Amino acid sequence: MIELVVGAIEAILMVLIGLHLAIFLLYFERKGSALIQDRVGANRAAITGFGRKLGLPNLGIVNTLVADPLKLFTKEDFVPDGADHFLHGLAPFLALFPVLITFVVIPFGDTITVGGYTFNLQAANLNAAALYLLATIGIGVYGVALGGWASNNRWALLGGIRATAQMISYEIAMGLALVSVIMTYGTLDLQEMVRAQGGVWFGFLPRWGIFVQPLAFVLLLTAGVAESKRVPFDLPEGESELILGYMVEYSGGKQAAFMFTDFAEQALTAMMLVTFFLGGWQVPWLYRDGFHLPGGHLIAVAPLAVSLLGVVSFLVKVVVLCAFLGLVRWTLPRFRYDQLMRLGWKGLVPLGLANILVTAFIVVAAGGTH
Amino acid sequence: MPAGLFWFLAALSVLSALGVVVQRNPVHCLLSLVLTLLAIAVLFIGQDAVVVGFLQAIVYAGAIMVLFLFVIWLLNLPAESRPTGHLALRFFGAVAVAALMAELLVFALPARLQIRAAAHAAGYGSIEALSQTLFSEYLIAFEVTSVLLLVAVIGAVALARRTTAAEMQERGAADKAEIEKAA
Repeated sequence: MIELVVGAIEAILMVLIGLHLAIFLLYFERKGSALIQDRVGANRAAITGFGRKLGLPNLGIVNTLVADPLKLFTKEDFVPDGADHFLHGLAPFLALFPVLITFVVIPFGDTITVGGYTFNLQAANLNAAALYLLATIGIGVYGVALGGWASNNRWALLGGIRATAQMISYEIAMGLALVSVIMTYGTLDLQEMVRAQGGVWFGFLPRWGIFVQPLAFVLLLTAGVAESKRVPFDLPEGESELILGYMVEYSGGKQAAFMFTDFAEQALTAMMLVTFFLGGWQVPWLYRDGFHLPGGHLIAVAPLAVSLLGVVSFLVKVVVLCAFLGLVRWTLPRFRYDQLMRLGWKGLVPLGLANILVTAFIVVAAGGTH
Repeated sequence: MPAGLFWFLAALSVLSALGVVVQRNPVHCLLSLVLTLLAIAVLFIGQDAVVVGFLQAIVYAGAIMVLFLFVIWLLNLPAESRPTGHLALRFFGAVAVAALMAELLVFALPARLQIRAAAHAAGYGSIEALSQTLFSEYLIAFEVTSVLLLVAVIGAVALARRTTAAEMQERGAADKAEIEKAA
């Protein structure tokens, strides 16, 4: 019983972490982009005006966290004439729901022992978690596709078709990258994968996946950005050609749900990259009993603190990667559609297949993973 | 798997499968089919066939149904109009369907409607067990299937390939020669 309750709490926690990362990305979108483009950015709204009197710069926090949501959720919810009312209303949730349920399989810490109970800091410990990731990401296509179709608008339909084609194309590259990762670790269990990344090589280098599978890291990073439909892969939205693509006939809360889906997918991509390649919750040189620094020094750390440090490490890595993804979004220009398809099918897919082949040879030469 | 969950999913899959047939808009039918496939995927997972369930969700619900959606869009299928035809024809059609249904129920129900929990070894349906079986006992079938898929892929590429200008010219010349020969 207590496992069920703890699992439910962890699942809610994980969804909340995902949503908060999405808010962080939204904030980065407003203010970080301004920093990159040498603009001032959102700085109008303030609640008391107290900070301004003290001469502090306005960081746009009230804009992003209070004014924008208030505006979005009090807007008129408009459904265009001739639209499919049922699907038009359902589509944003069909897009957002699969992303949110995906967060539960990501391990955000090692086991933690509190008051005689030992909990696994992973909301759902599936032994086929990697397949679960692919399944939920695959289901996520429908929200976008149907949102575009149900709007009864040609721009929206074009955006929906583009989004669907793009997402199923890059899912293949993502799946191939995952296959080589699974072969390396010999398991589909994400917690086991993270455990396998503990320890060091040559006395100092953490055994993170990125050092074993650098190509798969690049493939998953690219495919992840494409899955979240962000620049340079934002063809489905393409503001300058499709106005806003599949979202064009959405307003207020439903449009916010679509926007949040993109941010949450970006957060999910960051979490997947951290789990598969950056050691998940592993802290470099930290073992169960404390830090084993290169050179033979030992700094003892209490077991509870070790577990908590793991959670902090996971969150720090995810936030850093999220910021990196935001940076990518504001640095690269948009691809053309044929370039996008060529990159996916003629670039990433063959590279992924070659990577699987090489990985297979090495795994067999090393005597299998077990 | 709790019996309540089983019955819920079973009812959901039957109802959504009915929705595929009954609804008029092809996109709505497709969504019902996706729901059916997902319900069956969860049923698989609940019956310990975890990998099969996830593959069902990835391949059928996540990929093949999306292609169906594309086909519906590309053909620009309108919503089905109400069935037309003679009243007597429709009446006897309904009678025939009812008779078939009754026959199925009479013969199939008493024999099959027993829910048994089949006993199986630990790890049954896991990816390890599945791969062991697939790559030892059914290796030839597996490889032959993959060759079949490869042939299908090559065939699809050959069909979809654009003809180059040189090939068009060649074909044009051949046609011309044939026409002249006939004349």
